[in-house]
This record gives sequence, C-alpha cells and structure tokens, in this order.
Amino acid sequence: MFGESIKRKEDPRLLRGEGSYVDDIDMPGALHAAFLRSPAARARITSIDTTVAAAMPGVVKIYTADDLGDLDMDLPLLIPHPSMRPKTQRPLARDDVFYVGQAIAMVVATDRYLAEDAAGAIDFELDNLAVELGLDAALAPDAPVVHEDLGDNLAADLVMNEGDPDGAFERADHIVEIEVTVDRSTAAPMECRAIAARFDRLTGDLLVYDTTQAPISIRGGLASILDLDEDRVRVIAPDVGGGFGQKVMQFYPDELLVPLAAIELDRPVKFTEDRTENFISSNHERTQIHRIKLAAMNDGEVIGLVDSLVHDTGAFIPYGIAVAQVAASVIGGPYRIPNIGTHLKCVYTPTVPVSPYRGAGRPHACFALERAMDQLALDLGLDRWEIRRRNLIAADEFPYHREGLIFATGTPVIMDSGEYHESLDKLEEAIDVAGFEAKRAEAMAEGKYLGLGLGFYVEVTGVGPYEGGQIRVHPITGKVYVNTGLTGQGQGHETVYAQIVSDVLSCSVDDVIVTEGDTGVFDWGVATFASRAAVVSGSAIHKSAKLVREQIIEAAANMLESSAEDIVLEDGKAFVNGVPDRPVGFAAIATASNPLRYSFSESSQVATQFAPASQHDGPPLAEGAHPGLEATDYFSPEQDTWASGVHAAIVEIDPVTLDINIDRYVLVHDCGRMINPAIVEGQISGGVASGMGGAFYERINYDDDGNLTNASFMEFLMPYATEVPHMEMHHLETPSPLNPLGMKGVGEAGTIPVAQVIASAIDDALSHLGTSPILHVPTSPSMIHEKLVEAGHLVEE
Amino acid sequence: MKPAPFDYIAASSVAEAARARADSDYSVLLAGGQSLIPTMNFRLAQPDVVIDLSRVSELRTLEVDHSWVRVAAMVTQQKTELDPAVKAANPLIAETLARVAHPAIRSRGTVAGSIAHADGAAELPALLTTLDGEVTAVSSRGSRTISAEDLFEFHLTTTLEEDELISEVRFPVLAPGAGYAFDEFARRHGDFALAGVCVALTLQDGNCESIAIGACGIGSRPVRLREAEAALMGGTINDEEIAAAQEAARGYVTTETDMTTTQAYRRHLLAGLVGRTVRTAAARARGGE
Amino acid sequence: MALTDASNTVNVELKVNGKAVNADVDPRLLLSDYLRHELRLTGTHVGCEQGVCGCCTVHIDGHPARSCLTLVGQLDGSEIRTVEDLAGADGQLHVVQEAFHNNHALQCGFCTPGFLMSIVGHIEHEENPDLSDEGIRDAISGNLCRCTGYQNIVSAVREAIEGSDR
Ligand SMILES: Cc1cc2nc3c(=O)[nH]c(=O)nc-3n(C[C@H](O)[C@H](O)[C@H](O)COP(=O)(O)OP(=O)(O)OC[C@H]3O[C@@H](n4cnc5c(N)ncnc54)[C@H](O)[C@@H]3O)c2cc1C
Ligand code: FES
Ligand code: FES
Repeated sequence: MFGESIKRKEDPRLLRGEGSYVDDIDMPGALHAAFLRSPAARARITSIDTTVAAAMPGVVKIYTADDLGDLDMDLPLLIPHPSMRPKTQRPLARDDVFYVGQAIAMVVATDRYLAEDAAGAIDFELDNLAVELGLDAALAPDAPVVHEDLGDNLAADLVMNEGDPDGAFERADHIVEIEVTVDRSTAAPMECRAIAARFDRLTGDLLVYDTTQAPISIRGGLASILDLDEDRVRVIAPDVGGGFGQKVMQFYPDELLVPLAAIELDRPVKFTEDRTENFISSNHERTQIHRIKLAAMNDGEVIGLVDSLVHDTGAFIPYGIAVAQVAASVIGGPYRIPNIGTHLKCVYTPTVPVSPYRGAGRPHACFALERAMDQLALDLGLDRWEIRRRNLIAADEFPYHREGLIFATGTPVIMDSGEYHESLDKLEEAIDVAGFEAKRAEAMAEGKYLGLGLGFYVEVTGVGPYEGGQIRVHPITGKVYVNTGLTGQGQGHETVYAQIVSDVLSCSVDDVIVTEGDTGVFDWGVATFASRAAVVSGSAIHKSAKLVREQIIEAAANMLESSAEDIVLEDGKAFVNGVPDRPVGFAAIATASNPLRYSFSESSQVATQFAPASQHDGPPLAEGAHPGLEATDYFSPEQDTWASGVHAAIVEIDPVTLDINIDRYVLVHDCGRMINPAIVEGQISGGVASGMGGAFYERINYDDDGNLTNASFMEFLMPYATEVPHMEMHHLETPSPLNPLGMKGVGEAGTIPVAQVIASAIDDALSHLGTSPILHVPTSPSMIHEKLVEAGHLVEE
Repeated sequence: MKPAPFDYIAASSVAEAARARADSDYSVLLAGGQSLIPTMNFRLAQPDVVIDLSRVSELRTLEVDHSWVRVAAMVTQQKTELDPAVKAANPLIAETLARVAHPAIRSRGTVAGSIAHADGAAELPALLTTLDGEVTAVSSRGSRTISAEDLFEFHLTTTLEEDELISEVRFPVLAPGAGYAFDEFARRHGDFALAGVCVALTLQDGNCESIAIGACGIGSRPVRLREAEAALMGGTINDEEIAAAQEAARGYVTTETDMTTTQAYRRHLLAGLVGRTVRTAAARARGGE
Repeated sequence: MALTDASNTVNVELKVNGKAVNADVDPRLLLSDYLRHELRLTGTHVGCEQGVCGCCTVHIDGHPARSCLTLVGQLDGSEIRTVEDLAGADGQLHVVQEAFHNNHALQCGFCTPGFLMSIVGHIEHEENPDLSDEGIRDAISGNLCRCTGYQNIVSAVREAIEGSDR
C-alpha cells in the first residue's frame, strides 16, 4: 500500500455531512459563550460595569478579570528562549488592553444570540494610549511602547553565525544588498476555532473538545492551571476544519475560560469563534523585513550572506521566537553558502499576537534569499537558472552542516539529503525555458506582457522530539486499532497510517482504524506542526506495527504448530507456508493471545480449534507478557529531515487591469518516499493556493491607530478557484536516511516559494519597461501600477 | 455574529408593507437579505423593525413590454438574468447580472434590493444609471417614479423617503441593433468591482447616434461618464475617439487612495475598461447592423 | 441552541430534505443555526456568516443559496435540501460525492458540503456546463477552500459532469 494513491478512509463520513467538528458535537443543556473584545489597540480600562448586561435574558454569568481568581495571571510562555524579554497575555484583560480584539469579558448565556446581546450591553470605558505599528519606527527610542515596564518594544534579539561572514564580504567581487518586506497575514482555516467542555461533578471528569493541533499539551495545561488530576481531564480534537498552525497556539483565552465556566457553572459550555473573532483574536503571522546581503564572486559563486531581520510578534510572544528563528536558520536555503550571519529582532506591536502559520518563517526566508539571487543574476549578467545551478548543494555533499545556525526546535541545521540539481534540470525542461523567449515575443506582438519566474526552496520537516504509536488487534473483529497522540486537520493521517500498518501486518487498509488527538485513547506525544506527522508519528506507528507483526507470527506459529519462519501473513490471516487453506485470522490469534475465562465470540470458537497461542509453563499469562496483540513504540528523530523543491510559472499581465494570469505553473518537489502520492499532491496544491494568497491577495491591514480594517472574508482576499492556477507537478523521491521509510514532510512545502515565483515572473515581464523589482508582498495590480508609473511607462497626471 | 433582536413583520401586500413602514421609526425592508443580513450579522445594522417582503406575491412579477423590462421588487437577480424574454429585450441586463456576486447569492438577492442598497461599487445601480432606468416608489401616501439620475445620492444612500419602498425597477428595452457591453475588474471573481463600465450605443450609417457610458466602483455613487460619451458621439468610434473618451473618463474617479488601491490605478483601470467596453459595444452594433 | 425569545416568534411551514417541518422560531434565527442546532443537520457548516465562504450553502427551492444569509422566517412554504440528502436512501453516494472521493477533492472536509451543494445545483441547472478548466473554476468560484488548492475539486467536477447521465 505504501506509495499507492488509495482513496481516503476519512472521506465517506465527511462527504455525507457526518463529520463531527467541535461545534457539531451535541451537548444537551449547553451554555454558549461570547466575548467582549477591545475596540482599541492600546488603552487603559478605566471602568467595566456588567450590571445591565448580567440582567439580560438568558445570561448565566459574565466573567471579567476580577472573576477569575488564580486564573487572572499571565498565560504560559510555550517556548522560552534566552534571547527574549517575554510577555504573554492574560485570559481576560486586566487594567490594560494591548490589541484590538483582546478579550475583556466573557458572557455565558443560554444561546449565542443572547450571549452576543449581553456582550454588547457591557458598559466600559477606555483611555486610549499612543501606538506605533511600523516595525522600524517601533524600535526607535521615542516610540510609544506596548509594554511600559520593558521601556522599549524589543521582544527578542538573537545573533547566529556560520563560518566567517565578515571575511567573505571582504573577499567578495560583488555584493548585492536588498530589503524585502512580507506583510501580515493569517491562516484563516475554514473552520474557526471552537471549544466545548463538560464537567461531571460526581466523577470529577472534565471532557473537552477543542479544535487544537495539540490536545495532549492542552490536557496537561488545563490540569495544571485548573489544578485537576491529569487523568481526569480528557481532551479530544475531533474532525478539525484546517489548522495551518493557528490551532497549535495554546492557550487562547477561551481554551481556559470555557472549561473553567463548565466546572463553575456545572453545565456544558460551548464557544465557537465567529469569523470576525478569528481575524481579530486568533494568532496571525508573516510580517518580517529582511535586509539581506550576498557576497559573490564574479562567476556567481555566493560565498557569504548576511541577513538582518525584523519580525513583528504582535502584542505578546507566547510561542517564543519560533517564526523568526526558523526564518534565520533556513536563510541559506538550498545553496552552498559557507559563511552566514543572521541577526533577528522581534518587535512588540499593539496587534494580534503572532505564531506559526503554514511555512512559519520559511516563506519569508525564501523570498528574501531568492529575490537576492535574482538580483545577483541581474547584476552579474547571469541567467537566473544558471546562477542557482552554480550554487546548489550537490547530491554528494549531504549531510550538509550549518551547525552555527540553530533551528527553532533547538537542533542545529544539518541537511540530510537532496537532489537539488536534478530538480532544477527537471523543471527547466518541464516548463520549456528554451522555448520561452519565442512565446514572450509572440505575446509582446499582441500587446501582452509575459514573464517567467522561479523559486527554489527547502523545507525543514519531521522535527522532534518524538511521537508514539499504539497498535492493538481487536480480539472479536480482528481489526487493527492504531492510536497516536498528534492530530489531523485534513491531512489524511487516517489513510496514510493505515497504509503503513497494512503493509507491515498484511491486512486490509479497511481493517485499520486510526484514532488520533484523543488523550483518552493515547496520551504520549507532542503536536501537529512543522510537517512532522507522517515522518514522526508515521515512523513510530511503523515501529509498533513491526512489534505486533512479531507477536502475531509467534502466536500463529504456536497455534499452527509450526515455526515462526514458516508463517505467512496475508489479508489479515496467518498460515503455514504452503498451507494457505488452513489459515488462522487475526481475531482468533488475538483471542488466543488473551487467556480468558469466558468465551462469547465467534473468534473464541475458532481459536479453540488450534493449539494454544503461547507455549509456556506456569500461570496462563507468562511472566512479563501482556494479553492480546498489542505494542506501543516511539520514534524520536535524531535530526530534522529536509524536503525541497523548485517552482516556476509563466505569468501574463493584463495591460488594462494589471492583473496576473498564470499560463503555466510547474513544480518539481521532493519529500522523500511518498506514502500516498495523491495526498502529497493535495498538500502541495493547498500550499500553493495559500502561497498565491501571500503573493498577490491576502494582507491583514492595520491602520495607523491599530484597527484591523479588513477583518472579513469580503475584504481579506483569500483566493477562490478562479485565482489559483492549475499546477503541473513532478516528483523526485530522494529517501531520507533518518527514518526507516525514507520519508520527509510535505505540509508546508507548497506555500514557501510562491511569492518569489510570482514576483520573479512579474519582474521578468515588466523589467524591459524599466520597473524596479518587487520586494514587497503581497503585491497587487495597484502596486504594479505604481511601479509602471515610477518607471515612466505610465504617465500619471 | 448573530443579528440583534428586532420586531418582525411579515407583510402580505405592498399596502401592508407601506403601512408598516409608515408606522415605525427605524424599519428596514428585507428582500433577498444578501446585503442586509450580513450587516445585521455584524450588528452594523440593528433595526427596530424588519419588514419581510417574502410573502408579498404581487412583488414577484417579471414583465417585458415594448419599452420596458419591469422587475418587481421580489424578483431575484438570478431569475432576471436567466429570463429569455429579458435577454431578448435587453441583453446588457444579463451580461451585467452575471458579474454580480455568485450564483448562490443571485438566487436570493433581488434586483430592487441591490438598487435600494445603492452600493457605489455595485453593478446594477450603474446599469440603471447607464440605461436611464427608473423605479416606482410606494408609500401609504401614494406612489411616484424616480429616475436613476435622481435616485442614487451617496454610497448606501438613496433619495427614497423613510416610509417608501421600491415596488418595481424598470430598465428600458435596448433599441434594435444597439451595441452594448459590461466589463469590470474585481480582485477576486464575484467580488465588488474596483471599477466597472457599462456601455450602450447605437450606430446610424456607421456613426455613433446615441451612447451612454456608466461606471461603478469609482465614486460614492454610479456615474455617467458624460464627457467620454461626448467624445464618441457622432463619430465612427475609431481609435482616436476612443482614446479621447478614455482620457475624459479618468477625471470621473473620485474614490480616494485607500490601503489597497491608489486613485491613480483606478483611473488607469477605468480608462482601460472604457476602451474595452466601447470596442465590444461598437463591434456588436456593427455586427448587428 | 434553544429558541432565543418565546415572546416574539414567527411560524413557518417548510420541507427539509423532503420532510415537512413546522417551525416556531425567533425571527432573527438564521437558517444555518436552525439546521445545525435545532434539526441537528450539522453537515451544513458555517465559515463566515457573511455570504463569502459558501460553507453553509444549501438548496432553497432547488437553487444553491447561503443558509447564513437567510432567516427561517423568510422561508414559509420553501423546500430546503442539505448535504445529508445527497446520498441515496440506500446509502449510495451521489455522483458528485463519489467524484470527490475518487479525486481526493477534500482534505479537512469543512468546505466540502458547501461545494457539493453548489456543484450539484450547477449540474442540475446548467444545460451545457463548460468543462474547460476555466469554466469549472468559474462555476465553483463562490466557495472558498483553504486546504485543497481547488485543483482536485476541478477534476472532481469534470468527472461528475461527464459521469452523470445528461
Ligand atoms: C458574498 C457576496 C458578494 C456580493 N457581491 C456583489 C457584487 O459583486 N455586486 C453587487 O452589486 N452586489 C453584490 N452583493 C450584494 C447582492 O447583490 C445583494 O443581493 C444586493 O445588493 C441586495 O439585494 P437583496 O435582495 O439581497 O436586498 P436586501 O439585502 O434584502 O436589502 C438590501 C437593502 O435594500 C433595502 N431594500 C430591499 N428591498 C427594498 C425595496 N423593495 N425597497 C426599498 N428598499 C429595499 C433593504 O432594506 C436593505 O437596506 C454581494 C453579496 C454577497 C453576500
Ligand atoms: S457561512 Fe455562509 S457563506 Fe460563509
Ligand atoms: S477541504 Fe479544508 S477547507 Fe476545503
């Protein structure tokens, strides 16, 4: 099954409308929460009066910071780092608000309509303070500060170096220096975040459904913050409608307050964000300014790179410097640049906090580096493909070490494997670079502008620390149950894990049932992020499956009175080699492996027809043995795996609208061995679509006062099908040496190079008119217009 | 995002709706709800009274006579777009409607609702303005006709009185052989346009005998580009005249530069769309002669 | 989610997935909330409550429409069809559902019911559906998907149209 594009196991229920997303889960008698959120970016709360609101129909309780007792505290700092001056927010604002959208009060009422009515009736007054949203300006000495006790807006400052960048710049024939800006965006999963909690006063059990990507961690946090026994708290991430990083952030205030209210009010409580709330209070990402310099020799060899990046972390830094550190550590991309200097600064601004969104720093780094490579090619009069070819790390240079740069997980950069040159060659041929100039000339003759762009990227994936996989064979049905701790948000884990297991155990994929993200079932593990699920959980499940396979073979050998070497597994059954007509099924083997007193199932009748599954003396269960067929194992990667790829596009620019039309979008991608190519292609395609958003459409707009002016799908331009190109995909499968199945992650890949590809294509189409390069994304027809005016090609009165 | 409470009146006739309108201080009419309900969901609109027109059967007629396409207030955009008689009488209507939102919005949204909503970027007000259409406004005081020119006051504001409602929208039938075109540019398919242009013209012996050019998205209300029309009137619609019309069009853009779009870009866009639509309309007129 | 205010209700007769329903509801109740929380037809999803994302698309009197932009009170005498009604009584998936399954046209599945209802409506009403990439993209352009990048949805629509007996 490994390597086959089988249809997904999760589809039928989702297609029938029978998925169970958090808001779908029925909790009879549930109350519903709504929040009063700050309308100001930075302000002092001078009064809050809930009297009128509390008396409104249906209202059960209104919480403000004063009602939270011990929970009125700073929320946890998830990923500490010595470079930081960390600030995290409180569940509900106390005294001050720090961004538009910050929760001030939570209303719990009998339904959401009434909860919103009451939230709107809370009387409060704010005293507005000065704000500064520009990153450079916010770092200036006289800028208004977000956190007064810090004295300035610097949230973190970190230098990482590899080799001798200064020396390289002294030696260089040529130096390129550019400044690029990537604007703020947001993950915008189609399902907003939601949480539902129920507390059982008699047993003390707290049951929480949460759209989180990290249920185990939420469970631990809830238990410790609410002072509950960890085993009494069960957190389930059921079907989740996309996450893309936004849902790995924890704790959002509601994730704590909804369970709190369920306990205190002794009623189930539900909260489902609406789209506005998702825009103004769930984490954003993307704004970074990179000032990047390349030191090159005349033949195009890049011998040094220095990047100084400023990262907008929003009003708080709960997820640490992860996004900025990813960007800094991958800034060398796929190139053999031996000397690299990075300096990152994180800046507090009075805006929604920032944590990873699909790509998490990789798209920013790729944009900065690849724009600089294009500029270098232009300066040296070299072809854009050729300059890349001259600098790509060769296949025989792996593992490639850049240990002065530390990735956000704390591991040094060691790139495991890749076939970068082959990727580039393959793409050059697939998009027919040789034939492009003729096409361009043809288009020009019709008054159209045509450009070709490309972007190369690497994707760090499959990061540690570890994940686990538990496998057990059900004694009645013989079905194989697989449990792992991380979660899915649409990536098809149920199917790919089943493929892995079905191969090892030789059973049907249909008989493998995967459960993930339910701490009541399996509660060791970390979370879904950094394209790690297939690699880390997949490898753990593979290891566990091999253990179960041994158990099955040993038991079957005993039952069939043969030796283990002679046992063949096929289609959920075992038989002695050459005797396929006397098989024993997994159900009977599992039953026989469990010394039971009672017989109640068909499989126990079957099992009695064979010899005992275990040959040992003494009590029914041998010392040290466990009943049934079951194993749990873990995988902890020694290093991260590095996927890669290169995309190119031919883009036409309409002279009237200055809109882009993508004639062809072609990509070559390498994520090691693919478990299910259709699922891989789906991941890439979705990634490219978000990348198109970041290249040309999606920008979160804050005005100078810190108001988010486009907090809706009407104005935040997430692309429809009409704005996303058809993609032609080619694959390489360079196996990773770091895990037994040779896999690498793919979740974020598609997104990474798109802004570069589009910018590079637009430049290529227009530069003959004298336009300056696109160094700021997302770009737009209006921005292209400005470039044409600047170049004197269009005249503006 | 749920609507705030309101008093709900399910009117069963125009008269009843008009009476309800007269009786309340802050009422809104609910037609297809495709503009009103989003604003209520966001609680940007919190009316005291909502007068639902969905049960008023007399407002569901769609008729074509020799001078007018008559669209009663509860006729949906989709029904109007797909009606063969409407298409025959004035194909510009369907061409323009196809650019309004998405099919799943047009199946509920009404033509009259869009006119009454009077969004400066909306296509239908520009269409009505271009064609010199009109509406019938009804109140318990009686009824009156308001021409497109007099109807649109400002973004989201018409000259309807507080107690009035639109019972019918009328678009003139296009003259036989007339050329027409609608084109617009929106960042995403189905979005409100950054600029849109509507053209109807007739030729007599190859010369432009009549022409109307209207635009949306460029100001706080739909605009007739009279100077652009003048540049083409009487001529053969050649490249030079079109260039003059395009130049003249630029000056009509009053939407200021905002966070995403400069005014200069909108001028460029408008001029380009004028060129495209005039060429298409002229070609259709020539083909039809 | 209970009725919000018993003193101010509107009574409507509807058919939902072929079954007659008499609803006595608060006039501000959105069809999306009514379907999801009162009839427990949770296949209809809510992504924006503004008409843009299309997740909540159902059929009203045979035409795709946004349930988040419709008050239950407006629907007296209407027929509503939701995603739960697409598969046959025998459980057989609708051709469009089948085509989505064959083409890996869904990932998280949150947008899927809305796409299905839009596409089924499109196929039912369009006499000569355009099978070009561009034509299909136009037809599905009122629905947002954050996961798939649309490519496989386009393939699924093509397969469904080619495969349906028209
Ligand atoms: C996602 C989305 C995209 C859209 N894109 C576009 C677009 O590109 N272009 C565009 O033009 N529109 C667009 N619209 C708006 C859509 O066309 C609306 O249907 C239309 O503007 C209003 O029609 P309605 O029948 O829904 O009116 P309603 O929403 O019911 O009413 C709108 C306003 O008009 C008033 N009103 C309604 N009927 C009457 C009447 N008979 N007399 C007096 N006042 C009345 C109401 O009180 C209300 O103030 C979009 C809507 C959505 C949700
Ligand atoms: S929820 Fe109705 S269109 Fe988004
Ligand atoms: S499949 Fe997740 S939004 Fe479409």
